[in-house]
Amino acid sequence: MAVTATTVHGASPKAGSRTFLAKLRDGDEVARLITFLFAMFVVLIVVFLVFELWRQSALPRHKFGLAFLVSSVWDPVFDRFGALPFIYGTLVTSALALFLAVPLGIGSAIFLAELAPPRVSDMLQFLIELLAAVPSVIYGMLGIFILVPLMRQYIAPALKATLGFLPLFQGPAYGVGLLTAGIVLATMIVPYIISVSREILLSVPRDQREAALALGATRWESTWKVVVPYARAGILGSVFLALARALGETMAVTMVIGSTPVISSSLLSPGDSIASVIASQFTEATGDLYLQSLVELGLVLFLLTFILNGFARLLIVLTSQRGSGLENA
Amino acid sequence: MKRIGMFLALVVLGGGVLGAADNPVLINGAGATFPYPIYSKWFDEYHKKFAHAQINYQSVGSGAGIRQITEGTVDFGASDGPMSDEQLKAYLDKHNSPILHFPTVLGAVVPTYNISGVKASLNFTPEALAGIFLGKVTKWNDPLIGSANPGISLPSEDIVVIHRSDGSGTTYIWTDYLSKVSEEWKTRVGKGTSVNWPAGLGGKGNEGVAALVKQTPGAVGYVELIYAASNNISYGAVKNAAGVFVKADLASVSEAAAGAAKDMPEDFRVSVTNAPGKRAYPISSFTWMLIPSKFDDAAKRDAIKGFMKWALTDGQSYAEALSYAKLPKSVVDKELKALAKVQ
Amino acid sequence: MSTRVRWRKVVSHLMLAMTGVCALISVSVLFFILGYLAFHGGSAIHWEFFTKLPAPVGETGGGMANAIVGSAKLLALASLIGVPIGFFGGVYLAEFSGSRTAFVVRYSADLLNGVPSIVIGIFAYTILVLPFRHYSTLAGSFALALLMIPTTLRSTEDFLRSVPRSLREGAMALGASRWKTIISVVAPAAYRGILTAILLALARVAGETAPLLFTALGNRFWSPGWNQPTASLPVMIYQYALAPYEDWHEQAWAAGLVLLGLILVVNVIARGVLARGMAVPRS
Repeated sequence: MAVTATTVHGASPKAGSRTFLAKLRDGDEVARLITFLFAMFVVLIVVFLVFELWRQSALPRHKFGLAFLVSSVWDPVFDRFGALPFIYGTLVTSALALFLAVPLGIGSAIFLAELAPPRVSDMLQFLIELLAAVPSVIYGMLGIFILVPLMRQYIAPALKATLGFLPLFQGPAYGVGLLTAGIVLATMIVPYIISVSREILLSVPRDQREAALALGATRWESTWKVVVPYARAGILGSVFLALARALGETMAVTMVIGSTPVISSSLLSPGDSIASVIASQFTEATGDLYLQSLVELGLVLFLLTFILNGFARLLIVLTSQRGSGLENA
Repeated sequence: MKRIGMFLALVVLGGGVLGAADNPVLINGAGATFPYPIYSKWFDEYHKKFAHAQINYQSVGSGAGIRQITEGTVDFGASDGPMSDEQLKAYLDKHNSPILHFPTVLGAVVPTYNISGVKASLNFTPEALAGIFLGKVTKWNDPLIGSANPGISLPSEDIVVIHRSDGSGTTYIWTDYLSKVSEEWKTRVGKGTSVNWPAGLGGKGNEGVAALVKQTPGAVGYVELIYAASNNISYGAVKNAAGVFVKADLASVSEAAAGAAKDMPEDFRVSVTNAPGKRAYPISSFTWMLIPSKFDDAAKRDAIKGFMKWALTDGQSYAEALSYAKLPKSVVDKELKALAKVQ
Repeated sequence: MSTRVRWRKVVSHLMLAMTGVCALISVSVLFFILGYLAFHGGSAIHWEFFTKLPAPVGETGGGMANAIVGSAKLLALASLIGVPIGFFGGVYLAEFSGSRTAFVVRYSADLLNGVPSIVIGIFAYTILVLPFRHYSTLAGSFALALLMIPTTLRSTEDFLRSVPRSLREGAMALGASRWKTIISVVAPAAYRGILTAILLALARVAGETAPLLFTALGNRFWSPGWNQPTASLPVMIYQYALAPYEDWHEQAWAAGLVLLGLILVVNVIARGVLARGMAVPRS
């Protein structure tokens, strides 16, 4: 009798012929139902989240429309709000972070995947993953106490002295600002680029390298001109992933960016990012338009990361096989 | 797995018990950073005397205090910028009973600065302050500053303006003063807990501004007196309405409030910036606790009323040690009577 | 050897050495952080830090006892909420679902994973703080749970899927029903990987600050029960680091050291657990 109780997936007798209660008594159906409910909860929460973001940003959407995205005035006294300074700050700090982190990250990944002996590579990978576990607020603290004074006293004056003719490096050296935030962000996203790129490089078939070497390429040439291009899409995916993370980083950026909603061509200028203005002003926005403008900023950020994450996954899937764990990266 | 689950369940149950004194009344308040030093001292001392009352105050800025009390997510708020008529109406519409203002102490907002090589106390004219914060005066050796400080040699250092990044009653007091003394400021920027600053960097809370000023050469910011004093940051004297350069201290702040004390309105909302009086400090202000007039929880109401009575009488003795001025007696008497309105 | 070849070899050695330098820089950042925290925080860690409540503003002394307990409570409740959802959702994906629902669920989990934690904070505020009119540990835990669910769910699914078919088929051939197979055969086989994922998710949310700002707020005293605002280590670090008081800075370092130490220890244990188990894909 135990045999008939076995429900092999898809092999049960006509489902419609059993009553709901009979199905329930069958442990499998209960298990399926329970786990289904849990899974659906996840879907519902996400739907609910997007819905709430949309609903709670109704006032500014109706009042400002799309102009919200391009207006650079943030004036709580006269009730005029625009997202541009924050979008600018978010994009600039993230771009800066990528500019610094991508060479460092890919270089490290190449070393770990191609050069280091497997035990060393694993050990270093382990340490890099620990780096990814350091909380944002600790990066922020280190930023305030170490990087900001360094920036103010040495780095910014040096940059101004050498490259000061560029509009990028003008203005007073506050210590806090877009450049500082970019550097802190770069440190935070490097581990992600390294981890994912390393996996991807490791998955490039051996024969690619060997073919290149057999044709007389040096080690470096085989790596740079054959292996890396082969893995190009996946590496790009890791960059997008890192970018998506950088966009949403809150605490570390809030602590070193200067909290000033201005758009300046200088990297030494203070600025503000979407995540950090929300963190600073959300609990105290007096007035519904003010508060909902902040929620709308949250919606904008959500959309930005959503799009980027989509690209990232697409690219990573294009170069990896299912089950190598990269979709979880 | 099972054991882990049981352990977690135990933690959850235990967590429910942990930290509970026998039936304490737990009160949550949030708001101004301006009076945070004295409030935290008060709540601590009051808890020592009356262990059942545990008042948790979070210094998140006056703007947040006003917002949170209007939303009802805290039991009382605190602000150095009195609520505007619209804000009062918003509260009334939401709760069907008004919100009450109770002044607690008097404080001063001082211009604090960190100029390389200048340890002396500078004199600031209203024009200089407005010019600096409007971003028009950009170097310390500008004549607008220098003319009021003949004996002091000011470097040609860039001025780094530091303001608040969060919604702040201290900002309200500062911009209220600037709006009174500068027509350009009034029309261009206005007054409020959060304004569109023409220049400078943002720091979070009085603490954040003090920290930034302390760390940044050439910086100038505005903080409550105790934050400058206890952190050894220089602060200057300001020219008052009578034309005298006055440095903030207990006497000058009290004098600023003296005139207002006589004509204190029923709802206690009054501005004492740029007050008349020969030795009055022009950037003084009351700071208020925002208490609902209607409480659903009798225990909370009694605890808060008990605390206010203590704060207005015994509590005042802690004020001067922390550089806040005591409330004038006439104001205290009026407030004790007004406490009856809290139901 | 022609000069061209020699040049290419030089370039090769140079560039490869550079990659080594990159790796060295990346790894040394970790040691720098740890070293700096140990140096500054180590001197501020004393018995008082773990046992006393915060002192009034401007006074020295005091500790973060309530923040430590607060963080522990937040994490415990977050796990209680987030782990079952992630785990059972993963079981559904791996064992029961059709491909269309699976796609929807997986996509939602990925979406949730990509939401910045500050936006999760906004969401938790609007549904758990506003309607109930107070900040609470519960709201904070809910926000943290939302951050834990996606990785737990995907990892559970991956590790369950990686259990060889032969194990399942053997159990079913012996007459076990689907769910019995899962409970007694498949899950135990995959539990190391799943536990690793849970521990890693926990370590990640232990350091989250942004969502707590709008949900758990903060507390200078003990926070009884689950309905009151509570102090937590990350938020205390944030508040103290931004203040001008030297004493508070020291306490922030100490808190940073304690927090980072705990996170790293959990990470090491989690990965150790995984390594000792079967060769399953790393997440």
